[in-house]
Amino acid sequence: MHPVAGNLLSIVKRQGLVLAFIFLLVVISFFAPRFLTFRNVLLVLTQVSIMGVMACGVTFMLIGGNFDLSIGSQLSFTTVLVVSLHDKIGPIPAILVALAAGVAIGAFNGYLVGFQKLTSLIVTLGMLPVVQALTLIYSGGNYNQIQNPEAPFSFIGRGKILNIPMPFIIFAVTAIVFAVILQKTVFGRRLYAVGGNRVGSWFAGVRDDWVTFFTFVITGFTAAMGGVIMGSRLMSAQNYLGKDYELMVLSAVVLGGTSLYGGSGGIFKTVIGVLILGFLANGFIHLGLPYYTQMLAQWVIIVAAVWMDIKVKKEES
Amino acid sequence: MKSKGSRIIEMIKGQPVWVILLVSASLFSLLSNDFLTFRNIANIVLQSSILGIMAVGMTGLMISGYFDISVGSLLALTAAVAVSLTGYSIPLAIVLTLLCGAFFGAVNGLLVTKAKVNAFIVTLAAMVGVRGLVYVYTREREIIGLAPEFEKLAAGKIGFIPVPVIIWAVILILAEWSLRRTVYGRNAYAIGGDADATKNAGVPIDRYVLSFFVLNGFLVAVAGLVLASRLNAATPILGIGQEMIVIISVVLGGTKLTGGFGNMIKTMAGVLTIGMIQNGLNILNVHHFYSMLIMGLIFIFVIFMDAKLSATK
Repeated sequence: MHPVAGNLLSIVKRQGLVLAFIFLLVVISFFAPRFLTFRNVLLVLTQVSIMGVMACGVTFMLIGGNFDLSIGSQLSFTTVLVVSLHDKIGPIPAILVALAAGVAIGAFNGYLVGFQKLTSLIVTLGMLPVVQALTLIYSGGNYNQIQNPEAPFSFIGRGKILNIPMPFIIFAVTAIVFAVILQKTVFGRRLYAVGGNRVGSWFAGVRDDWVTFFTFVITGFTAAMGGVIMGSRLMSAQNYLGKDYELMVLSAVVLGGTSLYGGSGGIFKTVIGVLILGFLANGFIHLGLPYYTQMLAQWVIIVAAVWMDIKVKKEES
Repeated sequence: MKSKGSRIIEMIKGQPVWVILLVSASLFSLLSNDFLTFRNIANIVLQSSILGIMAVGMTGLMISGYFDISVGSLLALTAAVAVSLTGYSIPLAIVLTLLCGAFFGAVNGLLVTKAKVNAFIVTLAAMVGVRGLVYVYTREREIIGLAPEFEKLAAGKIGFIPVPVIIWAVILILAEWSLRRTVYGRNAYAIGGDADATKNAGVPIDRYVLSFFVLNGFLVAVAGLVLASRLNAATPILGIGQEMIVIISVVLGGTKLTGGFGNMIKTMAGVLTIGMIQNGLNILNVHHFYSMLIMGLIFIFVIFMDAKLSATK
């Protein structure tokens, strides 16, 4: 093959997703003039931040070879917690309690998967209704809201620094911290090892049970961070607001190219996946399509992304 | 020579679902006088038939080492298709509904066997996508059946047995018979036990797995028909969370998530146990929030025990 053409092809293959993303932006903006305005872009960045923060945790989870289906319920639970506790014990204790609740649920999942060696998908499929039920029992099924919607707590979800929305700053910082943990720390390297070959890493002296345990704790923590941002953005909490988040987050991470089979993936990829899904959802609305058409798009995207992942891996090996 | 006590423990280990069934039945009958009446038991069996039909397909899939979490969405889609078409012709509605179920089973099956995408992801994506289709098809509204005769199908009785229970029983017996007595059924266990070895033995496993997915979709459509006929209406949110209840009942029946184990009679016991617990909690006026919690905890407990028991064997 001609060398230049060969190079181009490999660039398309390796950076295909970024190219697809740019293509998507151009096509939608062609049909919807207001799509690529500064205001709309900032809006999308704010909207994707909650999903993005959670996706950082789930990226760890997938690299370690597991998945957590209960993060949507965890998001509902922590949002309801932080909102209902805000007026009772003050904003900072409320945030701490919500984060602790996320960590506790993650630790429970992590114990069952890491130490008891249960299948993560099935355990967390069971935790999904359990945590949702805890949310409903805690709130009594009622809608919670914070008395003063202008309270300082709202800065996390609605504030801006230098015109950049606060949720996006949190997302960006989380992504950078997680990328550093993944690339530069022993834990990050061990995570790839456990996800790639659990038994092998165990023989190499890695405590795979603790590594798995911590991926669940971290995911619980990011779900709780999502809950805090969500509560602060809405200053109220509806009991089912986290429903279907697990699927959105999973689609974003898998679309980014983190493998479902563990052992490979990265935070940068996830950020791209999150942005694509966010702009796609927003673009669909700009194009005047009803919200449920996004569900169809998600179906195609997830299957296509995983299929591509498998094909590329086959060609490499 | 084993002592009598340890033999009983062995037996319980082999048949935990019957023990759970008996324990929950006796517990509920102690707590409520209305539970252990003939009417209520008949009611439980009738209510369980939809779950039971779906659980047959899921058991087949799980024996061969796969599973499908899009069944709740597919239930809603097939019920919506059935109800919307009965206005034209009931036989046409039934045929098209069954084809619709088999078609989406085939889509999942092809993605799993040909594209080699993990069954969990394929069906998770289908769970969202098919639900999207339900919204597109129903335009987010509920559909009300226009043919009163359609309603009579599931309300009918042969002798004193309701039609849904007969449908469930026939499917169950056919499935159990083919699992035990046919090459087709034996190969399901072989594929679940060791797919590579089965392939080397010359079994076209892709075709088998595809057929299990198609059968599963078909059976979901049967359940969708029964549900549609019982309600003579369909709402777009029908069947949300049903996939978990189906998987709970099958796992409770002792089918291993890793494949190679399980049978239909125990699945039936699992379905009846779940039906009984749901019914019992209703009779005791337990709030929906708490029954959700209890079902989830039972599910996790069952998987935990499943893992512990298979580890000690």
